[in-house]
Formats: sequence, structure tokens, C-alpha cells
Amino acid sequence: MRSAVAIARLAEPSGSLQEVKEWGLDREDLLQIYRNMLITRGVEERGHILYRQGKIPGSFYTGRGNEAAAVGVAMAMGPDDVGTPLHRDMGVHITRGVEPWRIFAQYMGRADGPTRGRDGNVHMADVRLGLIAMVSHLPAMLPVAVGAALAFRIREERRVAVGWSGEGAMSRGDAHEGMNFAGVRRLPVVFICDNNQWAYSTPTHLEYAIDHLADRAAAYGFDGVVVDGTDVLAVYREARRAIEKARDGGGPTLIECQTLRMEGHAVHDDAFYVPKELFERWAERDPLERYRTWLREHADLNDAEEEEMTGQVKRLLNEALQRAEESPQPDPADLHDGVYASPEDLDTPHHK
Amino acid sequence: MAEMTYLQAISDGLRTEMRRDRRVFVLGEDVGVYGGAFKVTLGFQEEFGSWRVIDTPLSETAIMAGATGAALMGMRPVAEMQFADFVSCAWDHLVTVAAKQRWRAGTPVPFVLRLPSGGGFSGGPFHSQNPESSFAHIPGLKCVCPATPEDAKGLIIAAIEDPNPVLFFEHKHLYRRIKGEVPEERYTVPIGKARIHREGTDVSVITWGAMVYTAEEAASQVDASVEIVDLRSVMPWDKQAVLESVRKTSKVLVLHEDTRSGGFGGEIAATIAEEAFEDLDAPVRRITAPDTPVPFSPVLEKAFIPQVEDVARGLRELVDY
Repeated sequence: MRSAVAIARLAEPSGSLQEVKEWGLDREDLLQIYRNMLITRGVEERGHILYRQGKIPGSFYTGRGNEAAAVGVAMAMGPDDVGTPLHRDMGVHITRGVEPWRIFAQYMGRADGPTRGRDGNVHMADVRLGLIAMVSHLPAMLPVAVGAALAFRIREERRVAVGWSGEGAMSRGDAHEGMNFAGVRRLPVVFICDNNQWAYSTPTHLEYAIDHLADRAAAYGFDGVVVDGTDVLAVYREARRAIEKARDGGGPTLIECQTLRMEGHAVHDDAFYVPKELFERWAERDPLERYRTWLREHADLNDAEEEEMTGQVKRLLNEALQRAEESPQPDPADLHDGVYASPEDLDTPHHK
Repeated sequence: MAEMTYLQAISDGLRTEMRRDRRVFVLGEDVGVYGGAFKVTLGFQEEFGSWRVIDTPLSETAIMAGATGAALMGMRPVAEMQFADFVSCAWDHLVTVAAKQRWRAGTPVPFVLRLPSGGGFSGGPFHSQNPESSFAHIPGLKCVCPATPEDAKGLIIAAIEDPNPVLFFEHKHLYRRIKGEVPEERYTVPIGKARIHREGTDVSVITWGAMVYTAEEAASQVDASVEIVDLRSVMPWDKQAVLESVRKTSKVLVLHEDTRSGGFGGEIAATIAEEAFEDLDAPVRRITAPDTPVPFSPVLEKAFIPQVEDVARGLRELVDY
């Protein structure tokens, strides 16, 4: 039996256009959010095609169903904020400005991918865009985000770090140590937990014994919020609040975004263990479709605008694919380069 | 020059860098108010404040990951494991994140991890280990093991300056026992360069850390001219200096306090066999701790850690070969 007491705050759904404008989003921002979600899904859909064509080595992972959570949080970050997005958070890379052709090159292990073929799938980041490359040991990036926040606090900068994890990763000690340290020091960090209900094949009732993972925030001395992760504007509002609170010295927040992983763990997994009805129920809450409906109802999105936008995205992705396919294979002769950094490597924006 | 203990030399180097470079900060368990379990950072919090000398919760993962995140954001963290043994709790962040980040993502992680290591005082299985070979095996990490106060200061400064994650193994048994003249000004000792601790012509001892002194004592007990090569760092290690010494003496004893199988001595012996076989007049000899955990009882620990008489016997056997 789970506790009947709700500790974390349950966030309201997104509201009217007027309300959204009060959070600082104008109509162009709203359309940009939709564009980023379309690009995010488009990149991953084309990734599937590349995989089936045998052009992606290894396995292939997507974040279908998580687009609103990723884009909503990334839109709420400031230009100098940093984050550690994971493999369901493609929308963060897109929103921060990573060009899709480089993502396709990364998928295919080509020389122009952000890791130049040295690492695969979404194990990448452009540090110039404020992103830190994830590792496979997922919760590992939470305390790394805490370390970034520690640097900001020591230097008294008004910057915030955002650390991502899934609900699966929340079971590991890294999550506990990172959140506890952040809570003790009231560091400017926001923890995003994408609760997509399945850690590979393991359902939530075998992962934790409380109502909401965000309830754990109380144990670390900061606020927890549960938000519908398919509602991009609600995610944006909660992330914005938490980020600005952290920026103002108010300490961390743990935001649990509730979603469903709409595909298998990776392309090799057909997710036979997820009840079909669950997929059907969550398909009705598809983040892109929900937001499209909201835009039509509240922000006068019309057919012509929508057509123009989807056309633009399609062209962007087609060009990106072509450019990525033209990218050369990495040169094995370079394998040894950069195992150790040289002093010139410190000539980056973060080390100046 | 000033006479300093090995411990004071580490403190002096660290303090020098913290005064010089505002990016340098210290984090670890009990490093602030208490000054660290061994008092290496005693008085630091008074001088630098509680945001540059950070007492953390008992969380080695958060310490190491925190250092990684801060280093990625342009800081120069110096993290402390209270005992080197506790680095097992931070393994993932050293090996998975910090070691590989430059190579795969292009982002350097310049931090220093201080690891009070080594036995000799009944610390038992969890307060006595020498885990340098585990980390020397990981591409992307550097492992430094100074033996003298002068090297301790010069290497801690070099480690802080280095753009990579550097593990600084400071031997606890040397902390207050070993004293020496240390330059008062700032200087660095290059990482990856060995030092000839004692020149000789009959047999070479390749070693590092506290074993330098064991070798020295053993050398004075044998009737032979013994050269002692103090590696000072095991990754990168000074292959050239080792091969030069081997070519000079033609007999070599590799000595370390770490356990035998997979210990770094194996790598050194293999390299000598590959690159200096024709120069050898005797098989390469290894003296190491046995393949057991570090025991607690003084009687057992003496049987575990290579002793002067063990090394002297090994030297005599090599000389007589």
C-alpha cells in the first residue's frame, strides 16, 4: 500500500493564452516550442529509418512521448544555464540549438557527429550550447549537474544547472547523493525526473514504494512538483518557476514529469510487457497533438501556418540527412588523439 | 628552502595554488573545520572561506561528480577521499565520466583527487590500500605517487595545473615521518618524469611512494651498487628512465606496496622484457605485497608489506645471479 499523503505539489494543467503570456511567452515563442517538438520527433522518426537501412551501428534509442517534457524544460532555461540531458531528451538538444545534421552524423558514427564517432546515439552534447554529454550510467549526470551548480555558487554567478534522470535512475545512489548535497548547500540546480513508467521492462511498482518520486524532494529539504509531462506549457511553467527560484538563491526543485515511454527501451525491444491499453490511453495524450490542439484553440494556429511550419521542418530534416550522409567515416589513425587533454583544450567558454 | 614534512609540503603546494588561482577549491569530508582527517587542509577554511573549502556530506559519489561538474564549468577542484580506499564509492565518476569526457565529448575535466593511501599502521583492509594500478589502467586518468616532500609540493601544483583528472596518491606512512628541504617559492615537478633517488651500477630498483625508502634501506645493507628509480608517477610513467637504468645495470627489481597480480609492476616488467631483453643479465624480479587484502594485525601486516629484509634478499639474489 502506498501512502495516501501527497507531499509534492501537483501542478495545474496549462491555461489560457493570457496566462501563458504572463509567464513570458509570446506567440513566436509558442510557435517555436511547437517547431522544436516537431523537429525532435522528426529527428527520431528519421533515425528509425536510418536504423532500418542499416546505417546506425549498435542500437537506437528515442524519447517518443517525452518531447513536451524535454522541450518545455529547455525553453525555460536561460542562455547561460547548463544541463545534462539524457537519451529521452532530444528536445533539449534541439531547443538549445544543436543542428539536426550533426545528430544524424552522431547516430551513424560519422566524423561530423559531436563525438566524431567515438560515442553513439544521444551520448553527445555541445558544451558551447551549455550541454554536458551524458554517459550510459544514467543517474551519474545528476551529481555532475550539482557540481556545475556548485561552480556557479562559488563564483556567485546567476546561473542554474539542470540535471535530468528517468524514474529508473532515481533508484541509484548517485541521485540520492547529488540531491542531498544540493539540498544541504541550497545549490542552483533543478532536477528533472522524466517518469516514463518503465525502466527497460521494470514497471514503477517494482521501482519505488511511494506515490510520487517528487515526494522525495521533501527528504532533501526542497520542493517537489509533479507535472503532466505531455503538457508542454505546464512543464515550461513549472521549470521556469524552479529555475528562477534557483537563480534567486532559493535552492533546488525536483520536478517529476509524468509520461509514457511510447516505444521499447531501444529499437531491439518491442515492449511486449507494456499493456496495449496503456499505450492506447497515452497515445490519446500525444504531446505534439495536445499542443497542436491548444495552439489552434488558444493561439489561432491556422492551416496555412501549420503547413508552412511542417514543410520547413521536413526540408530541414531532409537537408540534414543528406549532409550527414556526406559526412566521412572517422579516421582510425585519430583514435589515440585526445585521451588526455592538452592545455589548449582549456580554451573554451567555460574555462576562460 | 624550508624543512617540511611530506604532509606540510602537500599543504604548502595546495595553499600556494589557492592563493594564486581563485578557481582552485577544496571539497571533501571533514576538510574544512577539522582540516581533513590528516590535517592537510588545516587552517584553510579560515583563510579561504567555507565556499572554497567545502565540507561535504559523507558522499564520495557526490564529491567526485561535484568535482567533475565544477571542473567542466571552469573550476579547478581538489577533492579529497578521506582514505584512498573509499575511492571505490567514487569509481563510476572517475572512470565512467571524468576519464572519458575529453576523449569522447571534447571537454576536459581538470581536477585533482587526493588519495591518502598505503599501510604500515594497522589500518586494516579498508584504510591501507594502494589502488594506483586500478586507475593507471583507465585511459584518461593520470596517477601521481610522490615519495619526497619536494616532489609532493611540486607534483600537487603540477596536478592542479594539469588539464586532466589527476589522482594524487599521498602515502600516509610518509606524512609525518619524512622530512626534507622544500623550496618556498612556487614550482612544478613534471608529471611522468622519474627521479633517480640513488645512483648505482649493479642492480636497478624501480619503485615509487613509500617503497622508495624501503629500497634505500635495503640498498645500504647489500654489498652492491644499487640504483633506485623513483617513478613519481605511474601514469604516465617514465619508460625511458627505466630502460636507461636497466641498460646500465642489466639487473632489475620492481618493487611496489600494492598486491602482485595486476599490480603496475607487471606492466613495467613486461615493458622491460619487450624492449630491453637483450640488456638483461637476470630475469626481472618483482617484490610486492601478496594477493590478499591488507591485514590488520601488526604481525600479519608486516608479512604483507614488503620489508627491508625482503628487498635486501631480492637484491642479493639478483647480484649473485
